[in-house]
Amino acid sequence: MAVATKAAPAAAEDKELLISGSEAVAEALTLADLDVVTAYPIRPYDTVMQAIAKKIANGQLVAEYIVAEGEHSQFEIVKHASTVGARVFCGSSGVGWAYAMECLVVTPPLRVPMVCLVGNRALDDPGAFGVEHNDALFVRDLGWMLCWIDSSQEALDTTLIAYRVAEDRRIFLPCAISADGAFLTHSQALTLVPPKEKVDTFLPRYNRGDLLLHPDNPITVAPQANEDWVIEIRRQNDEAMKRASTVIEEAYADFRRVFGRAPDNPWFEEYMTQDAEVVLVGMGTISLPIKVAIREMRAKGKKVGLVRLRWFRPFPTEKLVAALSKAQAIGVIDRDYSMGSPFMSGVVANEIRAAMYNADRRPPLLSFISGLGGREVTLEDVYKATEMCYGAAKAGRSDAKTHWLGVRD
Amino acid sequence: MAETTTFTNATQILEPFRGVKKVTIEEYFTSGHRTCQGCESALVMKLMVKAAGPRTIVLGSTGCMYVANTTYYTTPWVVPWMHTQLGSSGSAALGTAAGLKALMRKGKMKAEPINVIAFCGDGGGADMGIGAISATLTHKEYNSLILLYDNESYANTDIQISGMTPFGAHTTFSPPGRAKRIMHTRWKKNMAGMMAAGHPECRYVATVCASYAVEMMNRVRRALTIGGPTFIHSLDPCPKGWDYDPMLSHELGELAIETGLFPLYEVEDGQVRYYGKTKAIVEGRARKPVREYLLKQGRFAHFTEEDLAYFQRKVDAMWQTWEIPAVVPFKRLDATKSALGAT
Repeated sequence: MAVATKAAPAAAEDKELLISGSEAVAEALTLADLDVVTAYPIRPYDTVMQAIAKKIANGQLVAEYIVAEGEHSQFEIVKHASTVGARVFCGSSGVGWAYAMECLVVTPPLRVPMVCLVGNRALDDPGAFGVEHNDALFVRDLGWMLCWIDSSQEALDTTLIAYRVAEDRRIFLPCAISADGAFLTHSQALTLVPPKEKVDTFLPRYNRGDLLLHPDNPITVAPQANEDWVIEIRRQNDEAMKRASTVIEEAYADFRRVFGRAPDNPWFEEYMTQDAEVVLVGMGTISLPIKVAIREMRAKGKKVGLVRLRWFRPFPTEKLVAALSKAQAIGVIDRDYSMGSPFMSGVVANEIRAAMYNADRRPPLLSFISGLGGREVTLEDVYKATEMCYGAAKAGRSDAKTHWLGVRD
Repeated sequence: MAETTTFTNATQILEPFRGVKKVTIEEYFTSGHRTCQGCESALVMKLMVKAAGPRTIVLGSTGCMYVANTTYYTTPWVVPWMHTQLGSSGSAALGTAAGLKALMRKGKMKAEPINVIAFCGDGGGADMGIGAISATLTHKEYNSLILLYDNESYANTDIQISGMTPFGAHTTFSPPGRAKRIMHTRWKKNMAGMMAAGHPECRYVATVCASYAVEMMNRVRRALTIGGPTFIHSLDPCPKGWDYDPMLSHELGELAIETGLFPLYEVEDGQVRYYGKTKAIVEGRARKPVREYLLKQGRFAHFTEEDLAYFQRKVDAMWQTWEIPAVVPFKRLDATKSALGAT
């Protein structure tokens, strides 16, 4: 997908619907014949649970729909349902995701292939419904696969891909799909909904195999392992995450074969990077204003491109380094913060700095923080960041600082 | 697919054992655990799953019966068993039951009644996990049993106060000292009464004590047979936490009942039925003084006569002033006062 804002041509049997990102996920869950789902209200992710509730009420989806009494239970219920072989879905936003933290921690080592929607939201206090990526990023070190999407179509497609990858026996890790609160959870776009038969070809039934908790398979799950075994179990999780790189590429290739769409590069979208002098990097719907700004700047002769990172875990280190090291300067715009971290940068900027450390060619990298709490990232913000990147390119070095864009002094 | 809102799940029909000689000999909780000598909770686990039988899944929240029971490579569980988080016994029961139900009704798994039991200690159940247990007891479409094994402290982490620790008990968080003889001044929660009173569609709540093993197993069998979410509260003497000779576990269980401190009863479809020695108390047998129970335990060794008298008065009140003695702690307004509209 060279330009994600344009939908692929509709295959004859696809339905075209005007739906939000959350509704697109609900369409995918229906096609995936979800078994157990748990809901708890928090904006903005809860729109997906409202959409699922309608599907169940109308008989389009047959699943156990449980409204929990808090996010902790919400995630525990589906975790356990998954261990007896059910395909499960869950989700949350902001501090709701934080409230479930204990359950999020145990899900990867239990090898539970839960798929979740995180409707990214600022972490109150102070109260804010708007997008920040710090919620989903809580779990970045814990064995969750994490990806960011920027359109309804990508929401639907990625949900199907997420189940295919998570439920692969080589992986059995949970996957959280991040959708920017309001900008994607609530914004409608034309979306192609494939027929069930095609989904059945792409997505096999979840098979818990030898890990199934059932009287016919009397196993003891998650005993006390302590120093005798914990490090080996961590290592197994780590190996699964390594294998995810291969399995994700397989899944995208197969998705393309079955549905006739899906990017060649699952890991990140490259927009006008071929000849770019300055490459901006971001995750989620920040791509929209950046792409507009890039078109405007290119009209004035500035060769600017965008790398929109889709998969944050596993992190596409080699591919990303290869793409970015061609630039004269890199500008990473984080919609998150990492207080007290190196250079006081955002999470993505620091990950990319770390990834570039062994690269043969390391262009200057500038770090920006913008759009926190759902504030709009304006074209002016993008122009300003780009100008600073040109300055660094000319100087041949970065200023080793972090710049907050669009903040009142 | 059209469905009615009330979906009845089949359960296993587990008839009560008619006496100790009729109890099945198969064990589903065997060697491999490393609980303390005299641990009554380990006995509760053994009896619980013996009563449930082989077509059972057990979920265990964090606590003694997790940490001391399931060391990797030496599990005592013959039936499938899984750990759940400290406050998650309710969610574990609900999620497991919901997963099974979804797969069975969609034809993805062979349909058969499988018992789902989640256990929790008093810390995991009455403190941290009470919200999730309460929620699960309202989900009447899923069959599960939540069993609270109450050894009256966080016994696995060095004996700390829980919401179920009796008044005044010496724990590592409530040591008697020179300035304060009694550090723990709260009265224990009434878990079974609260669960029964607060969840009108939960069909079965019971209290049990493993000192009466057959009676205890039959309550487990009734809970699993009746269906929907059910709750059992078991009082488990704990030699380490209560500080007594391990040989006295059985006797202390009996004394807890005979003093009236811990009543044995079941609430089925809203009807309270006392059983065992509690029934005899209700029918007029004298309660033993609580000092006989308290003074056998080191955790009350610092009690003065005044403390013992206070404790006795509180237990007397359970029996003399509660609307349903020892079960529901409400009292009617004095009849003459209420007739006059006095406040």
